[in-house]
Amino acid sequence: MSDVQIWTYVLVALSFGLYIGIAIWSRAGSTKEFYVAGGGVSPLANGMATAADWMSAASFISMAGIISFAGYDGAVYLMGWTGGYVLLALLLAPYLRKFGKFTVPDFIGERYYSKTARVVAVFCALIVSFTYVAGQMRGVGIVFSRYLEVDINTGVVIGMVIVLFYAVLGGMKGITYTQVAQYCVLIFAFMVPAIFISIQMTGNPIPQLGFGDTLSDGSGTYLLDKLDGLSTELGFAEYTSGSKSTIDIFAITLALMVGTAGLPHVIVRFFTVKRVRDARKSAGLALLFIAILYTTAPAVAVFARTNLIETVSGKEYDEMPEWFSRWETTGLIAHEDKNGDGKIQYVAAPEVNELTVDRDIMVLANPEIADLPAWVIGLIAAGGLAAALSTAAGLLLVISSSVSHDLIKNVLNPGLSEKGELWAARISAAVAVIIAGYFGINPPGFVAAVVALAFGLAAASFFPAIILGIFYKKMNSQGAISGMVVGLCLMLFYMMKFKFGIFDGGQEAVAGLQGDWWFGISPEGFGTIAMLVNFIVAIAVNTFTNDPPEDVQEIVENIRIPSGAGEAVEH
Amino acid sequence: MNTDLRKKYWKENLKYLSILLAIWFLVSYGFGILLVDELNTIRMGGFKLGFWFAQQGSIYVFVILIFVYVRLMNKLDKKYGYNEE
Repeated sequence: MSDVQIWTYVLVALSFGLYIGIAIWSRAGSTKEFYVAGGGVSPLANGMATAADWMSAASFISMAGIISFAGYDGAVYLMGWTGGYVLLALLLAPYLRKFGKFTVPDFIGERYYSKTARVVAVFCALIVSFTYVAGQMRGVGIVFSRYLEVDINTGVVIGMVIVLFYAVLGGMKGITYTQVAQYCVLIFAFMVPAIFISIQMTGNPIPQLGFGDTLSDGSGTYLLDKLDGLSTELGFAEYTSGSKSTIDIFAITLALMVGTAGLPHVIVRFFTVKRVRDARKSAGLALLFIAILYTTAPAVAVFARTNLIETVSGKEYDEMPEWFSRWETTGLIAHEDKNGDGKIQYVAAPEVNELTVDRDIMVLANPEIADLPAWVIGLIAAGGLAAALSTAAGLLLVISSSVSHDLIKNVLNPGLSEKGELWAARISAAVAVIIAGYFGINPPGFVAAVVALAFGLAAASFFPAIILGIFYKKMNSQGAISGMVVGLCLMLFYMMKFKFGIFDGGQEAVAGLQGDWWFGISPEGFGTIAMLVNFIVAIAVNTFTNDPPEDVQEIVENIRIPSGAGEAVEH
Repeated sequence: MNTDLRKKYWKENLKYLSILLAIWFLVSYGFGILLVDELNTIRMGGFKLGFWFAQQGSIYVFVILIFVYVRLMNKLDKKYGYNEE
């Protein structure tokens, strides 16, 4: 066994032992502990847990790689997945905390005094969470198979057992404290290689500054200028300018921001703190912890891209370093000597280009490309697993509480005892893990695409209903329900038409449909339009129907005031 | 509870929200997207300014915005006696 493998095994085993230990220590004894960790989590712990919950396998493994190949356009993810927290902190978290229930469908159901609204919300929550969680389990399997050389399916099963253990046993309480540990593991694993490479390339130990610094080879050239030059030389677009249209960039960024603020597994984290002011503060801390990774990722993207071009472009294939052949066996990088000169031509023109690179390699192989020590390479696996497991656990909790609390307790069987509900929650968590694992082992081809679209769905359904519920006292149930249904259906329709080509002959037709995009907006950005339509429909229907009952308007008045629920019921 | 007081509190809250969200919009959609080409003509070390706002600056501003909001609201809560210990 190589050094890298030994380190990987040791670090992964240590981190898993830590998670299991925390799970045993923080078992949940009541539904309140199971759903919202008893409501007594400190803002700092909640901030870290939210950050780990939020940063998935996609953030850890794929994002820097995506940016690496998209250049400026990668900003949609950077701004989209952080800017949503401003909306969350200012427009949602404090009021939902004051409302003080367990789930997002709870809020929708009570604010709109309707079981139909609650069921629609449960349905939206389940669609969003299931698509998202399948991607995480797949991520777990991939990390296992690439680093530990176990079969992908075995990897998924190991991941399932671990998540099952602490989610089913500990509920939100167990999940929260494991997520705190997972945040520490993942941020350490992401930052250490980034700092090493930053020092190597620019002599600056802070990656955020390093990628705007001059190269350490003494030439005095700025790294970004060099990368712009290399890119145009090979026929790619200039790294610092984009190729997507401005309106599409705008729409995608907005859809991701609003979607972030509407994702139930993120919102529910703010039910776990004690006071309204803690909800605000922990949103700020969460974004701070997220920003550490999100401002480093674009730097990693630049380092990795420059390193890759310099290492491979125009070089002899036979003289490639060891990592090249190792990653070739995984299929993440491939060379086809089209002109038979034994060298690697890496250019934009597809007929001449000889190198195909999977974007995930930019993070997974980055430490090897930069020739870092074995223990740093071993960290990546532990970090990727922490990112995937923490997000999966958060999503599973949303699924289980939607079923046990919103469907069983509130709609189907209101007489259920506290103990019965806790068991229902545990069983639905277990069933959800198994379904997620099934999708991880047999991934429908569209998982990756749908994960991105989960944001569009959240933007099109939840966000307007929650915002209107807080900021528009006279919003009634008819308006909110029609808005959610129309928004969700429109988003699903656009996805099916332009992402999967269902109405035009399947996946092959998708590329040809780009010219027909409404307003030139891609399916990824369409959540913005669907959200606007949701708002318009909701307000229009609301105008022609009755005002909500007095006591509901009183609820709205009440959630706007942060202090104790007791004094607000006065008149 | 005093309805007037509640209304005043809510109004002040909305004022803060509009100012903070205007800044949120300006740094991301303004500097990072709509004005990116104009700002890219200005350089800050190795960074073109528009590119920097899109991939770095806007995120820093987001973090600052939330903490400013936390401070403003804690003060406001105290002013209206809505703070809880």
